[in-house]
Amino acid sequence: MSSPPAQLEQTIELTVREEWGRLLASLVAGFGDLQLAEDVLQDAVTDALTNWQHNGLPQSPAAWLLTNARRKAIDRFRRNKRFTELQPDISYLQELEQLDADEPDTMQIIPDKRLELMFTCCHPALDQKSQVALTLRTIAGLSNDEIASAFIDKPSTLAKRLTRAKQKIALAGIPYGVPDNAVIEERIAAILAVIYLIFNEGYSASSGSNLTRQELSEEAIRLARITHELLPEHCEAGGLLALMLLHDSRRLARQSFTGEFISLEDQDRTLWDQARANEGRALIQSILPRGQVGPYQLQASVSALHTEATTWQETDWPQIAALYRLLHNISPTPVVQLNLAVAVSYTESPEVALSMLNEVGQHPEMKTYQPYYAACADIFQRAEKTAEAQQALFKAIELTENEKEKAYLESKRILN
Amino acid sequence: MQYICLIYSAPGSSPAPGTPEFGAYMQAYMDFTEEAKQKGAFVAGDALQSIDTATTVTMETGKVETTDGPFAETKETLGGYYLLECKDLDEAIVYASKIPTAQHGRIEVRPIMVFDQ
Repeated sequence: MSSPPAQLEQTIELTVREEWGRLLASLVAGFGDLQLAEDVLQDAVTDALTNWQHNGLPQSPAAWLLTNARRKAIDRFRRNKRFTELQPDISYLQELEQLDADEPDTMQIIPDKRLELMFTCCHPALDQKSQVALTLRTIAGLSNDEIASAFIDKPSTLAKRLTRAKQKIALAGIPYGVPDNAVIEERIAAILAVIYLIFNEGYSASSGSNLTRQELSEEAIRLARITHELLPEHCEAGGLLALMLLHDSRRLARQSFTGEFISLEDQDRTLWDQARANEGRALIQSILPRGQVGPYQLQASVSALHTEATTWQETDWPQIAALYRLLHNISPTPVVQLNLAVAVSYTESPEVALSMLNEVGQHPEMKTYQPYYAACADIFQRAEKTAEAQQALFKAIELTENEKEKAYLESKRILN
Repeated sequence: MQYICLIYSAPGSSPAPGTPEFGAYMQAYMDFTEEAKQKGAFVAGDALQSIDTATTVTMETGKVETTDGPFAETKETLGGYYLLECKDLDEAIVYASKIPTAQHGRIEVRPIMVFDQ
């Protein structure tokens, strides 16, 4: 019985989106060649439409795609004369054919190689933009055009970046696999940094008029779920997922119906996604007792405290300040100091916070950091230093690229 | 795979002969070479005479043209190399990080191109 094409296309699209990373990783693990794996998988997807229309949906569409892609790869090897001439590689081919004979009918028995592929995509020998693009393409299964539009890049520029990265992986011998213990922590940190960067790009689009690019954040959350599932013992992997869930639970409230940015203080808390916040809170609460605290877990804990307060006035500033102090011990960055100063402006006084802000402001990177001036404006205002507040607000507006956020700050300037 | 590790540093940044640090620096190089040999990674490795001894040759104009140098325009100069056999880039990076000059200079790791017959 043949299915109607529209439904088929939908099934294919769904399968491809859901399973692309796993299928691709499995092919890369078998053939050791990312470009080849991508090509044969794409071919298998194209074949699926005609084949499934004639023969009906296979029991497991994903397993069908994998078997089909493998056959295509083996065909390519066979056609390659030089390859068949090489004695040692023939056994490899036979091995692959054997693999092919044991046709899997479900995805469950196919080993999950996505973590290995993630380590490749986020290898420090690749620049971070390439790491991000590769991760979205190979693990998340986004198309070139989707990635390009999410990062306001030309599709041709992105295609070049991906091609160059894949070439470097192949030619420079960047491995597919879990790295040695000596470097595994920093390599996991690189994966988490890429995922968080994708999330932030979607959550607070740094330029353009769309305040939130929800799909990108959703993809980041999906990637974090995969990473957390693959590294269940790694507290920071879980911490990152919790942090993003908690941030994302406030997504709807961050924007007015006309698209203006709304600060945490002014948000309608009934709009917060409680299910998502609860999931994030439960996760961070289950991880923290393991005692391997890190920056993502601490930030998630701060975010969890915010979601627990039903009004701005109920915010547990003493705990938040304590968490930022801990965070500052682990990672003494000016951004953390800035957040600590904001918390202190509530636990102690705006005046104490201002002297901290004065110190933070000495860091060169703060000179162009918009949130610094936005915080200064607010705290000057609460310290009843109107002139200074106006000056800081002006600077903040000047530094804001996001139009919605700019409009929000402008409205404050008029009110004040 | 074979990788070449090109060793760059700013002139004068490595310990000078005659200083106590120089002996330790040379010993570190001998230890590194020994380790690479024992693990079967060592293919070749040499130190180069200083940049003062360099001659640049080009045929761009159709005939052999030689220039003395290059000189000061390069901030960091090539001082030596190792050719290493490694299973992948990760292994090459571990070796590169152990080259003594990595402490104050930079090691450029490049895969060797393999031509099909």
